[in-house]
Amino acid sequence: MSGPVSELAVDGLDAAYGTSQVLFGVSFEVGRGETLALMGRNGAGKSTTFKAIAGVLPPRAGRVSLRGDDVAGRKPYRIARCGVAYVPEDRQVFPEHTVEENLEIAQKRGLDGGVGWSVARAFDSFPLLVPLRRRLAGRLSGGEQQMLTIARALMGNPAVLLLDEPSEGLAPLIVAEIGRLIRELRAAGTTIVLAEQNSRFCLAVATRVAVIDKGSIVWSGNVAQFQADPTVQSRYLQV
Amino acid sequence: MDLGELAACMGSLPCVITQVSAGLTIGLLLFLVASGLTLIFGVLGLVNFAHGTLYMLGAYFALSAYELTESFLVATLAGTLGVAVFGLLMERTLFRRIYGADVLMQLLVCYAVILIMDDVVKIVWGGDFLKMDMPETFRRPPLLIGGGIVPLFYLVLFGITLAVALLLALGMSRTRFGRTVRAAAVNPAMVASLGVNTSFVFAAVFAVGSGLAGLAGALSAPIRSVVPGAGVSILIESFIVTVIGGMGSIGGALAAALLIGLTRSFGSIGFPLFTEGLMFLMMAAILLVKPSGLAGKHLA
Repeated sequence: MSGPVSELAVDGLDAAYGTSQVLFGVSFEVGRGETLALMGRNGAGKSTTFKAIAGVLPPRAGRVSLRGDDVAGRKPYRIARCGVAYVPEDRQVFPEHTVEENLEIAQKRGLDGGVGWSVARAFDSFPLLVPLRRRLAGRLSGGEQQMLTIARALMGNPAVLLLDEPSEGLAPLIVAEIGRLIRELRAAGTTIVLAEQNSRFCLAVATRVAVIDKGSIVWSGNVAQFQADPTVQSRYLQV
Repeated sequence: MDLGELAACMGSLPCVITQVSAGLTIGLLLFLVASGLTLIFGVLGLVNFAHGTLYMLGAYFALSAYELTESFLVATLAGTLGVAVFGLLMERTLFRRIYGADVLMQLLVCYAVILIMDDVVKIVWGGDFLKMDMPETFRRPPLLIGGGIVPLFYLVLFGITLAVALLLALGMSRTRFGRTVRAAAVNPAMVASLGVNTSFVFAAVFAVGSGLAGLAGALSAPIRSVVPGAGVSILIESFIVTVIGGMGSIGGALAAALLIGLTRSFGSIGFPLFTEGLMFLMMAAILLVKPSGLAGKHLA
């Protein structure tokens, strides 16, 4: 932990789709400027954890604290205004809007009133998007859409960035580009949680690791500890 | 049927101009109502069967405001803004609960609103046919353009309606709010995750759609009878317009509204007893060729 109050603390989170419960008391903490890799098999509860934090799927029980303030159960737009940006696995660009319009729609002030991110800065950070500025987002490739959704999330000047499977199905060049961005954001003090199955990508960019299995956190520690513990990898991550 | 009469009219420029100006008047008023209907459907997923009621209220609000102030401007604003506020209240209390609900449920709620408001209007304004006086400024002999007869008020109506259509189109495509509305129409959950209060956006869209119906009602008050139940006939025509244009498409609504307006105006010469039927025939023909409507992308 980097300070007395975590940037994001999830405590005893339960979530369900209808009658089928997916999360059973998920708990973890992330300090300011840390990058936590939330790892687990398909269906372990990674995406559901993000949806519960972002309010897209209101949790049944538990706390989601942002700098000590419990936001669990608030509406998604309120949680977003508390500094959380959620990048869903299926990206969800606005297909009928141009790249530039996708960014504009997402523009909002940060918690400190900061407007650090502008459309111009987004294009500086994502040079591959520059020539696509006027293209409809629905016409972009998967990798281009992934960059756009990350850029779009940053337009809201978030304190906490939730990235669901940012490297999934992308060309190695784009994965490297996204890795570079994540490290840049961390250096700038953004707190990041990324859900991944690709452990190589995770370990290259994360500072800490939490492993989720069957809806509960079963292991957590820093990257060195994770790499030194082959049993956790074989038990919870390999198919 | 009187095809000879229609052929004679088509052969005479003055008659064509007269009929076109009448047709455009009908069409543009219809467009105002239908654009609100299609906007509310496209963004909120609500088939607003009570939309005609908003048109009727616009006419009554304008009529009362005109009696009080003798000002056409005040009357038009009262019809537009009054109905926008009324729509906003209805949205917050009632309609927001049935977005995306089963169409039968929407029909039931809207039909209740239609019946209740028809009675409220009877209590407040009485059940008789009323008419707003033509404002003094426009009480002039009709213009003769190319030999055709065009009342001055029609030109005022063209100007206001086309300006509103342009503003609406630009607002939806060029402003950040309009872009947000279009994004929220497709993916409200993602828009909310970006920090946008979509409930507020939806309320604003409903208010704008209501205001458009109110404006149409206000502009119709000097040229049509104002009467309880006036909403129902315009509602049916507006549905025909939205279906022909493609549900959710504002450009399509404009094209379809003008088409219907001209059909009515020329149809009244060639087929005086079958004008209504002509509209439905046209709808059927267009839907046979293009089931999603002129500008429709998907079946509603």
